Amino acid sequence: MSWTVRMLNSSIGRKQIMAVTGLAFCLFLTTHLIGNLFIYAGEDAFNSYVEHLHSLGPLIHIAEMGLAFFALLHVSNAIVLIIRNRLSRPTRYAKYKSTGGRTLASATMPYTGSLILIFLIFHLLTLKFADHTDKTVYDLLAQSLANPIYAGFYILFIVAVGFHVFHGVWSAFQTIGLNHPKYTPLIRVAGILFSLVITAGFASIPLTIVLK
Amino acid sequence: MSEKNISLTLRVWRQAGPHVKGQLITYHLDDVSTDMSFLEMIDVLNEKLTLRDEDPIAFDHDCREGICGMCGAVVDGQVHGPETATTLCQLHMRHFTDGDTIIVEPFRSRAFPIIKDLVVDRSGLDKIIQAGGYISASTGGSTDANAMPIPTQTAEEAMDAAACIGCGACVASCPNASAMLFAGAKVSQLALLPQGKAEREKRVWSIVHKMDELGFGNCSNERECEATCPKEISISHIARFNREFTRAAFVSREK
Repeated sequence: MSWTVRMLNSSIGRKQIMAVTGLAFCLFLTTHLIGNLFIYAGEDAFNSYVEHLHSLGPLIHIAEMGLAFFALLHVSNAIVLIIRNRLSRPTRYAKYKSTGGRTLASATMPYTGSLILIFLIFHLLTLKFADHTDKTVYDLLAQSLANPIYAGFYILFIVAVGFHVFHGVWSAFQTIGLNHPKYTPLIRVAGILFSLVITAGFASIPLTIVLK
Repeated sequence: MSEKNISLTLRVWRQAGPHVKGQLITYHLDDVSTDMSFLEMIDVLNEKLTLRDEDPIAFDHDCREGICGMCGAVVDGQVHGPETATTLCQLHMRHFTDGDTIIVEPFRSRAFPIIKDLVVDRSGLDKIIQAGGYISASTGGSTDANAMPIPTQTAEEAMDAAACIGCGACVASCPNASAMLFAGAKVSQLALLPQGKAEREKRVWSIVHKMDELGFGNCSNERECEATCPKEISISHIARFNREFTRAAFVSREK
C-alpha cells in the first residue's frame, strides 16, 4: 500500500485527484443541466423528471454518495495544494506582471472554487434538504428564484462555475498527462465551449423566471 | 539602429545577507546607452556606487550571451524582463524609454533563498538533477552515428527539452513557485530516449519527491513558465512528466 499513499500524497498525485474528480463534476454538470432544462417543457414535465430521478432508488443514493466523496477529495486536496503553494513563495513580488500564460480564469481558481462550495451548501439546503411535505421541487425552485436577489446570486455563482470550468477542463487533461499537438487545441476549445454552454444553460433558468 | 541615451529611475532590491531584512532602494541613472544590455547598465550603476564608497549591487552572471543560465532577475514584474525567449543578459536598454522607473527584484521562492541583493541560491535545481536527472548505465565509448536508431521527431523533441539552461525562470515566474517545467524537461528528455528508458520509473519517482521535499509549489497550469522560459520549453513536457509519474506509480516494482 505504501506506494499508493506516497503517490496520492505527492504533488502530482494530489493534482491528478483534482483532475479526475473535476472531470467527474463536469459530467455531473452535464446531466444536471439536461435535467434542469425540463423546466422549459412546463411544471408537470419538470416534476415528472424529478420523480423519475427519485424512482431510481438505490442508484441515485450511490451516485449521491459518490459525488459527496468526490467533493470531499476535491476540496480537501485543493486546501492542501493552495496552502503549499502559498508557502512556496513566502515573500511576494513588489511587482508581478503576467508574461501571457495565465488567464483571469486560471488566476482565480481558488476564489471561484470557494464561491462554488458556498453556493453548493446553500443550494442543497434550499432545494434538496428543504421541507418537501407539501411542495414539489418546482414550487421550491419557482419560489426561491422569484426573489431577484436570490436569482442574482444564483447567476453570479453560475458565472463562477463557468470560470472554474473554463480553466479546469483543459487543465485536468494536462495534469493527467493527456497533451498532444493534435488533440490539445481541440480540448481547449471544447473546454471553453463547455463552460459557455454550462453558464448560459444554468443562468437562463433564473433569468426566465425573473423576467417572466 | 541609432544610439541614444536615456535616464532611468531604478528601484533595486538590496539585502545585505540571507537572514537580513531587505528593501527596494531607489537609484537615478543618467546617460544610459540604449545599446547596453541590462547587466551592463547595472555594471555602470555599480561603478558609480563603488566610486561613492557604497556597496555595489550583487547579481549573478557569467556568459552574457544567453546560454549559461546564470543570470536572472525580475524586471518590472517579469522574469528576465519584458522580452520573450530572452535571458536578462540579452535584454537591451532599447526596450526601455527615457524616464522609466524599473523595479528590479531577485527570483522569489522558498526553494531559492536570497544570498545577497539579486543573488539567490538555486542549488535546489541541482538537487532535483541529483535525485534522478541522469542515467547510471555504463555506456562505454561513444557509439557509431546512427547505430542506435532514434526517429528524428523524437530526437528533436528530446533536444527541445534538453535546451533547458537551468536558470530557474520557470520557478520565479510561476504563481506557485513550482519547478514542474524544469523537472518535467529533464524527465521528458530522458524518457524519450532509449538510454533513459531503463531507469524511467525510479527517476520520475525520486524527482517528484525531491521537488516536494525542497518546498517547490504545485503546478496549476497557469503557463507562465512556458511564456517566460528563455529557451521556450513547452508545457507538453510537463504533461509527459505527469504521464511518466502515473505510469511509474503503477508499473514500478517498488511496493
